[in-house]
Amino acid sequence: MVTKLIVILLSAVFINNYVLSRFLGICPFLGVSKKLDSATGMSVAVIFVMLMATAVTWPIQKFLLDPNGLGYLQTIVFILVIAALVQLVEIILKRYIPSLHKSLGVYLPLITTNCAVLGVTILNIDSDYSFIESMVNSLGSGLGFMLAMVMFSGVRSTIEGRDIPKSFQGLPITLIAAAITSLSFLGFGGVIENLFA
Amino acid sequence: MEAILSAVIPVVIIGVICGAVLVIASKLMAVKEDERFPKIRECLPGANCGACGFAGCDGYAKALCENPDTATNLCVPGADAVSKKLSEIMGVEFEDVIEQVAVVHCSDDCSKTEDKVQYVGIQTCKAAKMMYGGKGSCVYGCLGMGDCANACPKGAIEVVNGVAKVDPAECIGCGICTKTCPNHLISLVADVRKVVVTCSNKDKGAVTRKVCSNGCIGCKKCEKVCPNGAITVVNNVAVIDYDKCTDCGTCAENCTTGCIRVTDLSGKHRMVEKD
Repeated sequence: MVTKLIVILLSAVFINNYVLSRFLGICPFLGVSKKLDSATGMSVAVIFVMLMATAVTWPIQKFLLDPNGLGYLQTIVFILVIAALVQLVEIILKRYIPSLHKSLGVYLPLITTNCAVLGVTILNIDSDYSFIESMVNSLGSGLGFMLAMVMFSGVRSTIEGRDIPKSFQGLPITLIAAAITSLSFLGFGGVIENLFA
Repeated sequence: MEAILSAVIPVVIIGVICGAVLVIASKLMAVKEDERFPKIRECLPGANCGACGFAGCDGYAKALCENPDTATNLCVPGADAVSKKLSEIMGVEFEDVIEQVAVVHCSDDCSKTEDKVQYVGIQTCKAAKMMYGGKGSCVYGCLGMGDCANACPKGAIEVVNGVAKVDPAECIGCGICTKTCPNHLISLVADVRKVVVTCSNKDKGAVTRKVCSNGCIGCKKCEKVCPNGAITVVNNVAVIDYDKCTDCGTCAENCTTGCIRVTDLSGKHRMVEKD
């Protein structure tokens, strides 16, 4: 049981990294990775929202949609619920924990229906995970997102000071760097299964 | 028909519940905003220059709302007009804003000094500075790549003959350029001032003389002639203490290399615009 959870966690972080292997959540990955502090802030918000979204959508799928044969409504219901949930959390944070709202607040509305968040909830259902496994998978996915963001913000700050050919400046060189970073994650393939085999 | 309804009704119900929860939550947990905040924010120019010492205009407005002891005369770009409005909103006495102007402490043309190398790297002062202190033979002088000009929110700085020049009429005294210059050549001086030192070379006189005919050689003549004792030579550069200086100009007349000058920093256009 514990081994399975560890395998789920580690494979979510490294092998099936949401950004670099599944290519979900590319928008914040390219948009907010310019500076380390904003990349970290965004990642913490993503982890937070992923965990909450899973905690809410898993029961909805299992106890509301599946028994009534409404499984095909999954996507639209999940989007609806996650968006409302994130807005609700933002309101609550603003009222009761202003300091947390200040650090997360800018990024929360940005990820209300981020595809990485929606992706993790749907993939939890598709992989037939139990509730605890789903939560662990969400945590791992969030940590993987953070790893990718923090790593890439380092790469980008290094690119910034370089003398790049004009046609590659800005987005092109960023995309190339992202491609190479994602290539490096291919190296993790199969490592963790063999580790615990 | 039944198939459609069985899909539509649950989604509508979930949507209505979510909406209702959000409405109730936003009503119940609404955070009261200080009603002065939007008023103050409206008065401020919105340049987000940070001259007030807070993080942008929003930061200053927030500080004013939260802490009544915050001074109302901190907005340099807004000048007296904004200070007056702010003091009205806050209900305190109006205080004059001391306008400041950026001054480049390097002589105003490059004919006095020579290039030691030809620089073809990245065209910013910061990068040039890393390469043996820049292309000029004086490592303390203006690098002339215009980092300050690019940073200036008002476009008040221009590089003329390889040296940055501030237009006092356009300068809002925000001080962004003072932080940008890798040689720390720019400082803020109150705009009523007239006498400025146009050199920052910290080398000994003989070394300075070799690289620039306009550089301060630290001869201390100004120190001796100043009737108010406002000038001291620190690290081989004359430094004016503006608390003591009376703008008499004696030092400028007696300066052996002409690095102390009498200039007009008052920015006349700005004064007109303000009223």
